[in-house]
Amino acid sequence: MSVPSKRRAVLFAACAATLAMAVSACGGSTPEKTTKDGFAQVAQTDGAVTVWVDATRLPAAKQYQELHPEVKLDIVTYDGDANGSNYLQTKVQLFNRTGKGWPDVVFSSQNNEATWAVDAGFAAPLDKGLIPADTLGRFAKGANDVCTVNGTVYCLRNDLSQAVLWYNAPLLQQFGYTVPKTWEEYQQLGEKVAAEHPGYLVGDAGDSYTPEIYLWASKCEANHITGPKAVTANTGGENCTKMAKLMDGLIKNKSMSVSGVFSTDFAKNQADKVLLMPGPAWYGGAVFKDTLKTADKTIAVAPMPQWQGDTSPSTGNVGGGTWLLSQHSAHLKAATDFLKWVTTDNAYQGEKAPGFPAYAPAAENWLKAQAASGYFVGDLGALKDASSQVWPGWGSGQFSQEAIWAATVKPGLTQGQTIVSQLPAWQDAIGKHAQSFGYKVSQ
Amino acid sequence: MTATVSPVGSGRRPRGAGRGWAGPAFVAGYVLLLVAFGVLPIGYAIWFAFTDAGGTFTGFSNFVTTAQDFRFVDALGHVALYLLFWLVSLVVFVVGLALLLHRLSSGRISQALRFLYYIPGALAGAASVLVWLFMLDPTVSPVSSLLEALGFDTFGQVIAPGNLPVLFTVIAFWTGAGGWIVVMYGALNNIPGDVLEAARIDGAGAWKTAWHVQIPMLRKWIVYMVILAFAGGAQLFVEPQLLSLASVGVAGRDYSLNQLTYDFAFQMDNINGAAAVSMELLVVSVSVAGVFVARSRFFDAD
Repeated sequence: MSVPSKRRAVLFAACAATLAMAVSACGGSTPEKTTKDGFAQVAQTDGAVTVWVDATRLPAAKQYQELHPEVKLDIVTYDGDANGSNYLQTKVQLFNRTGKGWPDVVFSSQNNEATWAVDAGFAAPLDKGLIPADTLGRFAKGANDVCTVNGTVYCLRNDLSQAVLWYNAPLLQQFGYTVPKTWEEYQQLGEKVAAEHPGYLVGDAGDSYTPEIYLWASKCEANHITGPKAVTANTGGENCTKMAKLMDGLIKNKSMSVSGVFSTDFAKNQADKVLLMPGPAWYGGAVFKDTLKTADKTIAVAPMPQWQGDTSPSTGNVGGGTWLLSQHSAHLKAATDFLKWVTTDNAYQGEKAPGFPAYAPAAENWLKAQAASGYFVGDLGALKDASSQVWPGWGSGQFSQEAIWAATVKPGLTQGQTIVSQLPAWQDAIGKHAQSFGYKVSQ
Repeated sequence: MTATVSPVGSGRRPRGAGRGWAGPAFVAGYVLLLVAFGVLPIGYAIWFAFTDAGGTFTGFSNFVTTAQDFRFVDALGHVALYLLFWLVSLVVFVVGLALLLHRLSSGRISQALRFLYYIPGALAGAASVLVWLFMLDPTVSPVSSLLEALGFDTFGQVIAPGNLPVLFTVIAFWTGAGGWIVVMYGALNNIPGDVLEAARIDGAGAWKTAWHVQIPMLRKWIVYMVILAFAGGAQLFVEPQLLSLASVGVAGRDYSLNQLTYDFAFQMDNINGAAAVSMELLVVSVSVAGVFVARSRFFDAD
């Protein structure tokens, strides 16, 4: 009788949850609140500070605990909303119904959390007293734009994820190639690699954030957030089509993979075939060092190629994580202290963080620490330059661009369709998803 | 496992025997849980489906807006196709395998097979889907050579949109059918031996016996299975949801109606819309069950 009983068990669990919600929704009494720091705060109590982090940020929370043994931390790991999973939002909706359970501080790998977390009454304003203005002022220029709603800062950026061109320096030298400075040179190099060293890669186009590396860098207006609920999505512009064509050519000659750098086939078959790889700042640690286990003194970084004749260099950005503080926190002092530490302190951001810190003083330190670690060839100065070159015409809407690309374009790529042929379908999907979230869409 | 024998089929017990407190007491426990976890939540959902976030009555507007969502028709088509594949394969293979088991009733092999069929059902739903996620990824699959022979070199190729109904059917069959095979086997054992012997004396072979005697006598069990499998299948959720996580959103996102309700409720903050879609699922499942029960005279005593 396994079938019916299992289905029934699931049903029971769901119903139990619903019933619990109903009961607590009816029986909830409003606790007293005092307005301070720009929002109504609940009565503050002692107790453990609940911190939600993804696996990559877990060491940060653990380090804080080690340095501050007197603080009670309850560290919970979750997927960090990777690839637009929306786990955090789902949970917050549930907590809003039950009236309890919110984490005090939470990390998300997505940049669009503020778009819903403010409406949901979850994110606390940070620039109204909790975080001093001079601390906020030392974040890289524009870093907290994704956190700002109607002029108020609701989250702190963890790291910048400006895209750069990563490359295998010894291999490039061995093949006798030079680092491409323009997309035209990049394309020629890809063709050369395909002919002379088949199997080696100049890039990867198989991740859900692929458009944020290539098309964003190319100033493609696919995701131009023009207002709080307005987006322009036009994938037919020249900036979109010329990059899509370039990628199609390289995908066809197999110098650009469509597996995705975190896929099992990439790790198994292509890990040692990476010659060049446009990718965000965190590729250095998260992809080359930790996932692909590339050897020391191999990987170097160069500026992202630009289109020939383009005088304003631009690059893309992939995520870059944000930290949110809950309005419902009953331990605001301890939670704020953790938030400040984790985003600005050199002990973590300046030394251990896997990505390029959004807090400028920590970033300086981080670059020195990376150079001193001896993992990379040369310095990571290109990252610093790129941090101010992220093209501002691509925004962070409430809908997940990554989810849309993954569901709309990726299956076609796997089956051998070109990106160019899928641009209209992509635009269509962006429009539909944006509309379902109440966005006004222009194309 | 084999002892899950029919309460319906053996209707020849003397009426009124064992009346007293025991019967109502047993039923009371069920009724209590049914009200708490079945009837009340349904009432709650109905109330949600016809109101807006502020609790104002809105008529059918939640039904209209959710049906107009651009994913609704696709999801409906996906679920319909999946149900077709799943119900047909379930009926054909479960009945076929149960009949086969029954013919093999000679001890050891039959026992071993019954156990083997049942094992996957012992895994919890999500865990068994995860097993399949490994099975279907050619880089880690134990049957990768088979996948490669079929022309699949990467996980991305395996989970191409056109393959999904078949994949979900295979997963659902593997996880769910074993239990039903054992149930059907039990039901077959309930067919009196003299009936089968009479058929044999009349010259019916294995095929004829199965077609004209055994399957008609299994009718109620098959109907029962179809009703429950339909309700379960219409609520398709775990398989596509896990697949969408495993494929980082490439396949299975917003695939089924239930996933759409989940999106409405938790990503678009539209619990009322979600309740409306869940009401539609309930109405469809109950109607289908009603048709099957009426057509098969399910509740008639033999």
